[in-house]
Amino acid sequence: MAKELLEGNEAFAEAAVRAGVEAYYGYPITPQSEALEHLSKRLPELGRAFLQAESEIAAINMVYGAACAGARVMTSSSSPGISLMQEGLSYIACSEVPVVLVNVMRGGPGLGNIQPSQGDYFQAVRMAGHGDFHMIVLAPASVQELIDTIVLAFDLAEQYRTISMVVADGSIGQMMEPAELPPMRPVRPPERRPDWALTGARGRDANTITSLYLGADNLERVNLRLQRKLQTISENEVRGNEYEADDADLLLVAFGTVGRICQTVVRDAREQGIKVGLLRPITLWPFPTERIAELAEQVQGILTVEMNAGQMVEDVRLAVEGRCRVAFYGRMGGVIPLTDDILPELETLAAEVSGTEEACNGD
Amino acid sequence: MATEDIPANMKLVYSYPASLTEADTHYCPGCTHGIIHRLVAEVLDELGLQESTIGIAPVGCSVLAYNYIDVDFAEAAHGRAPAMATGIRRVSPDKVVFTYQGDGDLAAIGTAEIVHAANRGELFTTIFVNNAIYGMTGGQMAPTTLPGQVTTSSPTGRDVEEAGFPIRMAELLGGLPGAAYVTRQSVLDVRGIRRAKQAIKTAFRTQLDGLGFSMVEVVSTCPTNWGMAPQAALDWAKEHLLAYFPVGDTKVSEAVRALMKG
Repeated sequence: MAKELLEGNEAFAEAAVRAGVEAYYGYPITPQSEALEHLSKRLPELGRAFLQAESEIAAINMVYGAACAGARVMTSSSSPGISLMQEGLSYIACSEVPVVLVNVMRGGPGLGNIQPSQGDYFQAVRMAGHGDFHMIVLAPASVQELIDTIVLAFDLAEQYRTISMVVADGSIGQMMEPAELPPMRPVRPPERRPDWALTGARGRDANTITSLYLGADNLERVNLRLQRKLQTISENEVRGNEYEADDADLLLVAFGTVGRICQTVVRDAREQGIKVGLLRPITLWPFPTERIAELAEQVQGILTVEMNAGQMVEDVRLAVEGRCRVAFYGRMGGVIPLTDDILPELETLAAEVSGTEEACNGD
Repeated sequence: MATEDIPANMKLVYSYPASLTEADTHYCPGCTHGIIHRLVAEVLDELGLQESTIGIAPVGCSVLAYNYIDVDFAEAAHGRAPAMATGIRRVSPDKVVFTYQGDGDLAAIGTAEIVHAANRGELFTTIFVNNAIYGMTGGQMAPTTLPGQVTTSSPTGRDVEEAGFPIRMAELLGGLPGAAYVTRQSVLDVRGIRRAKQAIKTAFRTQLDGLGFSMVEVVSTCPTNWGMAPQAALDWAKEHLLAYFPVGDTKVSEAVRALMKG
């Protein structure tokens, strides 16, 4: 299939269609409503389910229901809408049904604005709802990667019976780029839905899908099972992209749109003689902790750049465990840090760490 | 006694429903949930729906309904059963879906979900158990608690100036175009129980024929949290609850009327 000029939101919606999504339930919110609009046209013409819900709360519970029925289902929203969905996400996580959702992040807190942001990092990786659970969190940096991660998100959600969230900021959702859509997958017929699904107890005992486990021992057993599953995901599903990291003295860590900008920073800095590399996590959970720990042995300093007040940098520091200096540069409110903003921060870090070395050598 | 042991001149008129498990319920003595569960199970049996039905349990006393009604079941977040039912039904067009909800679940925290599901004419059936109180959390005021009724969170009685009047959900939902069959019944005596069963059957048949949303509100009791003996609770409900929540249909579409005649 040839490359076409595609807008991010429509591209991920169409990628979901081609990945075999059977139902979409959502609520309009900027900057991702183009996805809902695209699916309102596409899904009915393919005989699949589309419904504009009365709220994000209803939407996520419709998704929960369809997932319990064994259908491939998704929703998408933006930051304030995801906050409303958190109740449902917690129930879904405990019930272990596969769900895909997309958060096209916008500026917050509160109603914030509709500019691109990465302010929901903590919400996505640490506190998607009450109780102990994690979602698989995928962070694409281009329209093509957005398309590819949607397809991957469905596969991972079903493989692990978990939630896959794709986090894109508003700029990826709204930008147009040449990209290639995947081929159309056949939709799984209803008679081939998983054996745990609620399909009517014909010729078998009734299935129950619940997140209620009365008794401490009972619920602890469920939690231990969930934690084992999350451990397996952590061991097998870490994804990231490295650029000029092998011989680097300094490392940039950034995801999504900023990760992409930092690739330009690496090129510019290397022209100035600063040997810097980039690690761009594609999975924010599970986080590339081990790889960052390895690189922290190699480099003298790490600069984490984000479109927030400093969220992923905490995970970077937990991975580094003091092996090298970790600096942070961030912009908020929808301001995108540009090459000219980031480069001086990198120069400052370079000066600091070389100063430290000299100071150490002088002792 | 096995069915084959019944003498030729007698017929079986009463048996344990196949759609009801034999588990002992966790309900309090005198609670009417057991009766309503049984009515649902009998209707599912009589319509041959046990193997094609998916139930949604609420948050409330009937949170464990799936232990008693023997069909596929999901357990919803508080008030969200109609949204879950919508999600399931739209990807399962050949299945039968019902929600079983209490008054806090349906008429307080889940008001938006039930109103919009009914308005869209979603093809599922709701069994709405109204006993005018929050049972599971210990007897707090419900949206259907009567004016002046004492609860653990309205210790001097429901003050309508502060808390508003009780909501009549059957009337509210019956006014929506998508609702095909909405009725209020009771399980306070034998006659009421028989009529409630008939209504539950009509509601499921409404769904089977694709006629629109259907709901049976069932006026019920909560002896424990009302602080009454079971019989006294039934008497109190007849005198006071039925005065505010009268039994009767609030919506019967023309298609449902034809179904009821036919």
